[in-house]
Amino acid sequence: MIYILLFFEFFKIGLFAVGGGLATIPFLQDLSDKTGWFTSQELVDMIAISESTPGPIGINIATYVGFKTAGIPGGAIAVTGIVTPSIIVIVLIAHYYMKFSEKPLVKSAFYGLRPAVVGLIGAAGFEVVKISLLNIDKFLETQTFTDLVNVKSLILFAVILFLSNKYKKHPIVYLVLAAIVGIMFKL
Amino acid sequence: MKELWQLFIIFCRIGGFTFGGGYAMLPMIQKEIVEKRNWATDEEMLDYYAIGQSTPGIIAVNTATFIGYKRKGIIGAIVATAGMVFPSLVIITLIAAFFRNFQDYSIVRHAFSGIRVAVAVLILNAIIKMWKNSVKDWKGIIAFCGAFVVTAFTNVSPIIVIVASAALGIIINIKRIEAK
Repeated sequence: MIYILLFFEFFKIGLFAVGGGLATIPFLQDLSDKTGWFTSQELVDMIAISESTPGPIGINIATYVGFKTAGIPGGAIAVTGIVTPSIIVIVLIAHYYMKFSEKPLVKSAFYGLRPAVVGLIGAAGFEVVKISLLNIDKFLETQTFTDLVNVKSLILFAVILFLSNKYKKHPIVYLVLAAIVGIMFKL
Repeated sequence: MKELWQLFIIFCRIGGFTFGGGYAMLPMIQKEIVEKRNWATDEEMLDYYAIGQSTPGIIAVNTATFIGYKRKGIIGAIVATAGMVFPSLVIITLIAAFFRNFQDYSIVRHAFSGIRVAVAVLILNAIIKMWKNSVKDWKGIIAFCGAFVVTAFTNVSPIIVIVASAALGIIINIKRIEAK
């Protein structure tokens, strides 16, 4: 019975959370209040872990909540629930996209969309640069400019930027390299 | 059958090395789907992202579903999505079962500080490539800057940016395209 409920609750989240993993959080907060399956403190921990492990954040959170609620099958069922609406909606859209992508109306909509999406991704990239290279909290506290930039991270940034443009290896190579450097130099 | 298995494995690899949300997987998708296999162009990737962002569900999953459907229909959509979520299922279940306060281990924190720097570089590279392929005139530059500024410095939802830029695209361009 709990499995059916779990599927249904995550199906609803998948259907109504528009715009990515973090959009699921208010829904999960609500689920915690309603069912008592997990506390808000547990939810905070689950979000922290989901953000510091590989994989889409929304899927990580769903797995974690499902596992906490109903063990290994619970994790699998919650994930199935959250992706089912995506599969249905996207398959429908993909079908029409392929059919109509050469029509003038659709073509001109995407003509405006593409540069804007690059801008959206740019904003996401800007956010990651800010988080990984700058210590804004520390700077506001001490007002010293040298505290603003995280020098070790900045050097790593420059090195990876150089290597990735020179050798064009698979992104995984640079991710692993950066993780090792992070551990060795206590970033 | 072989291609379905390939879809599963590729998306496993992408899911297993996506750190920090849908946009962070863009460099992986670009490498695996666009460069290595020519399954989609950079422009199509942007279309999928726009659609994935403005439809229900998780962007990474929506993109995987889209590519899977394009390759192998509905079965392909399901298999690609299954691949995308499989690493999460395994990793999170292991952590939930065996580790307490995983995020507090100093080795995890240091590794992640490093990984975030690499993600920043990889996204930057991806954006430069996307820019070259999709921002072709001054109208594109305005759309790019507008979307960037609004998303980075205000709380306006990305969906509004997407709807507005699509509407602008239609208003500005439809006469020219129809005339061709």
